[in-house]
Amino acid sequence: MSNSNTTSRRDFLKLTSLTGGGLLLGFSWFSAEAETPVIIHNLPLGATKGFNSYLSISTDGIVTIFSPNPELGQNIMTSFPMIVAEELDADWTKVKVVQAPLDTKSFDRQLTGGSGAVPHSWKRLRTAGATARNMLIQAAAKQWEVAAEECTANNGFVIHAKSGRQLGFGELADQAATMPVPKEVKLKDRKDFKLIGTGVKNVANKDIVTGKGLFGMDVYRKGMLFAMIQRPDAFGTKIKSVDSAAAKAMPGIVDVVVFKNNVAVVGKSTWEVSKARKLLKIEYEKDGATESTADHTNIFTTLLDGGTPVVRRKNGDVEAAFKTAAKIIKSEYHGPFLSHAPMEPMNFFADVRPDGVELIGPTQTPGSARTATSKLLGIPEDKITLEITRLGGGFGRRLKFDYVVEAAELSGIIKAPVKLIWSREDDMMGGSYRPAVQYRFEAALDSSGNLVGYKCRGAGINAGNPVREDNFPSGAVEHLLIDTVEHKSPITTGAWRAPITNFLAFAEQAFLDEVANAAGKDPVQFRLDLLDKARKSPVGAIKYNIDRMENVIKMAAEKSGWGKKAGISQGFSVYFSHSSYVAQVCEVMMQAGKPVVKKIYAVSDCGQVINLSGARQQVMGGIVDGFGHAMYGKVTFKNGAAEQKNFNTYRLIRMKEIPQIETYFVDNGIDPTGLGEPALPPTGGAVANAIFKATGKRLKNQPFIDEEVFTTTP
Amino acid sequence: MPVYTLKINGKQFKADVVADTPLLWVLRDHLGLVGTKFGCGIAQCGACTVHLNGVAVKSCVLPVSSIKAAAITTIEGLSEKGDHPLQLAWDEIDVPQCGYCQAGQIMTAAALLKRKPHPGEEEIDSAMHGNICRCGAYHRIREAVKLASTKI
Ligand code: FES
Ligand code: FES
Repeated sequence: MSNSNTTSRRDFLKLTSLTGGGLLLGFSWFSAEAETPVIIHNLPLGATKGFNSYLSISTDGIVTIFSPNPELGQNIMTSFPMIVAEELDADWTKVKVVQAPLDTKSFDRQLTGGSGAVPHSWKRLRTAGATARNMLIQAAAKQWEVAAEECTANNGFVIHAKSGRQLGFGELADQAATMPVPKEVKLKDRKDFKLIGTGVKNVANKDIVTGKGLFGMDVYRKGMLFAMIQRPDAFGTKIKSVDSAAAKAMPGIVDVVVFKNNVAVVGKSTWEVSKARKLLKIEYEKDGATESTADHTNIFTTLLDGGTPVVRRKNGDVEAAFKTAAKIIKSEYHGPFLSHAPMEPMNFFADVRPDGVELIGPTQTPGSARTATSKLLGIPEDKITLEITRLGGGFGRRLKFDYVVEAAELSGIIKAPVKLIWSREDDMMGGSYRPAVQYRFEAALDSSGNLVGYKCRGAGINAGNPVREDNFPSGAVEHLLIDTVEHKSPITTGAWRAPITNFLAFAEQAFLDEVANAAGKDPVQFRLDLLDKARKSPVGAIKYNIDRMENVIKMAAEKSGWGKKAGISQGFSVYFSHSSYVAQVCEVMMQAGKPVVKKIYAVSDCGQVINLSGARQQVMGGIVDGFGHAMYGKVTFKNGAAEQKNFNTYRLIRMKEIPQIETYFVDNGIDPTGLGEPALPPTGGAVANAIFKATGKRLKNQPFIDEEVFTTTP
Repeated sequence: MPVYTLKINGKQFKADVVADTPLLWVLRDHLGLVGTKFGCGIAQCGACTVHLNGVAVKSCVLPVSSIKAAAITTIEGLSEKGDHPLQLAWDEIDVPQCGYCQAGQIMTAAALLKRKPHPGEEEIDSAMHGNICRCGAYHRIREAVKLASTKI
């Protein structure tokens, strides 16, 4: 695959007079807004307009890459620079990565979510590196008075092989900055990749293992106060009265402030604040429905039976197909609310001063957080700075910026710099949940066991659209109806890693297994047959790539020795999400009468793998996450309040519970797609299907641990 | 408020705090040692793990008044140059994802290796049971503990 990319003047410019000399290129990773080149005569960060990241080469040969996206464990601070360094032919040991601060004037997509960053910037990052390499080569050629075509770059040097000369990037940086920006650069053929596709270690490892203060929680400023907020325990209630006298009288307490539905305790240390907070006497009154999980169970049934559905996809004549079916299979799957529970609880530092606002902390959406702060405080955005720290996990929770705005509002009220900290209980009780969902499936088989009719009705509580109507098996079934119903609740929900598909994939893949079983077919062959049907006689639009899906299915079957192992029960699952394809096989063995998940094989097609070490880690982490939550995760409600408040009752998977995992990647050279999410959705289905194989029992509700196969003693 | 003298990472520190302040918050809020993390506050996640006389303890539930003359080691003091076999193994195996839990994981593992330099897989798993990694880096954590145990 050979690539040549036009370097638009809008994407690139030469910035001269970098303090201390060297070459500085500004480029737009996510937007191409700047119409004309801008010459900047000072350090870049304060003064740049229209460029959202920078690649600089200083005279000592250090290559600095500013990474705009928040890092939350998806390893973007390593994988992005790898792409630039590849095309630059940089010496990786001399590459430094710096988290860029928020610059909303320039950034279109300075956020982390949806596994979208890498696909979005693949070409741009490569072109950035190749452009700098071109300018370094021009500089060397000029100095040596040879043709640029005779020079090559390798590992931080420009080389003229004919004469045996070479110059380091640092030595060339000043002169490179005076070279014209090339209009077009040739990108490498992927067979020449040296860095991309290899395993490169996380650039932050050293800081992490020595306990450096990288996270928002670690922000401490002179004169800073500490605050915690008591929010209502129950959704659907509001403050009636507050008696804060006892809390205020506690040592170290500076103030107790009531705003909106919040009672904030402000003090001189975290511990003093958390102690005083317990002495608050707050009365709440009803402000909406205070729902319990038992209510939700009824609501789901009512909605599925009699709600007014929104039709998401319809092919053929479903009613007729079911009337003439030889066999009908019906099934329902239920997914509970989940907490995001990133390891680092919510927190943010805010300092609202007359001359401007300073915000520091962990957020997946710094731009929106700043806009919301600006609106709330009536302070223009250019008076607000936002520094992005490393995030101690996100899983979607930090796409919401409620805690950022709270911190800013509080700082504005108390007129002091403050770090707002959420306890784990605050995080689990008052934030945001994966929506609870329930799916009702029906399948119609003809007399030869072909799937001719398919219905899926999805019901969600604040779930938005709880289906992905164009996903497989849509396109492979003649008569199909997918529709949805929704219940609006005061319980706040939000995107949770692999939104919707994190449970939907389990439900769909487990149901398909039921159907294959009823048809008397092998689950793998059953899926392959459906794909074949979609290829030969597609029904309606097909929005997944049949070949890529077929390929991961076959590869997973082969790698796992599908159907060839004695004494082991295997379950299959395949899913397309976030533009990537992942097939998984789970292996279960019976031990003391209980199914034990021993191993999961995963074959991923995310196009070109950038960092093999990071990629494996994302897949393994995704599987552990998917497996752990399918097994143990649930938040239930009683009168509007979450019943699980911390890790003693909200069970997360631990080391001794993990299965072995084997990861494989498809090597097809297709442009890369994300990997932070796609490995999670297939896991629940593979596990449930393997457990069915082992026990004859279908798991239809999560968490599995509450299901009969685990609760009854054999 | 009483003033407590603490021996941390071989140095003496003074902290003027209320008696029931957990060591975690003394380290973080008062002494600037932020490597020890807050994750749950109820001894369930292990993010706050430090050593007390070489034994792994959860500092979020350890009142400062109970420590007395015991020697405390935090991640900052595990090694002088960040080259404890576990720290090196953590990089070698490329363990961290978000990284938030990792200081606690390493401290728990370090106490294990001190008492049992060559643990088997089951011993590793049960020693590490109190440490949650929400990112699910468990496979590599286990592998890195094994690797470090070969270097001790
Ligand atoms: S913070 Fe101490 S165990 Fe979680
Ligand atoms: S690396 Fe994120 S919690 Fe362990």
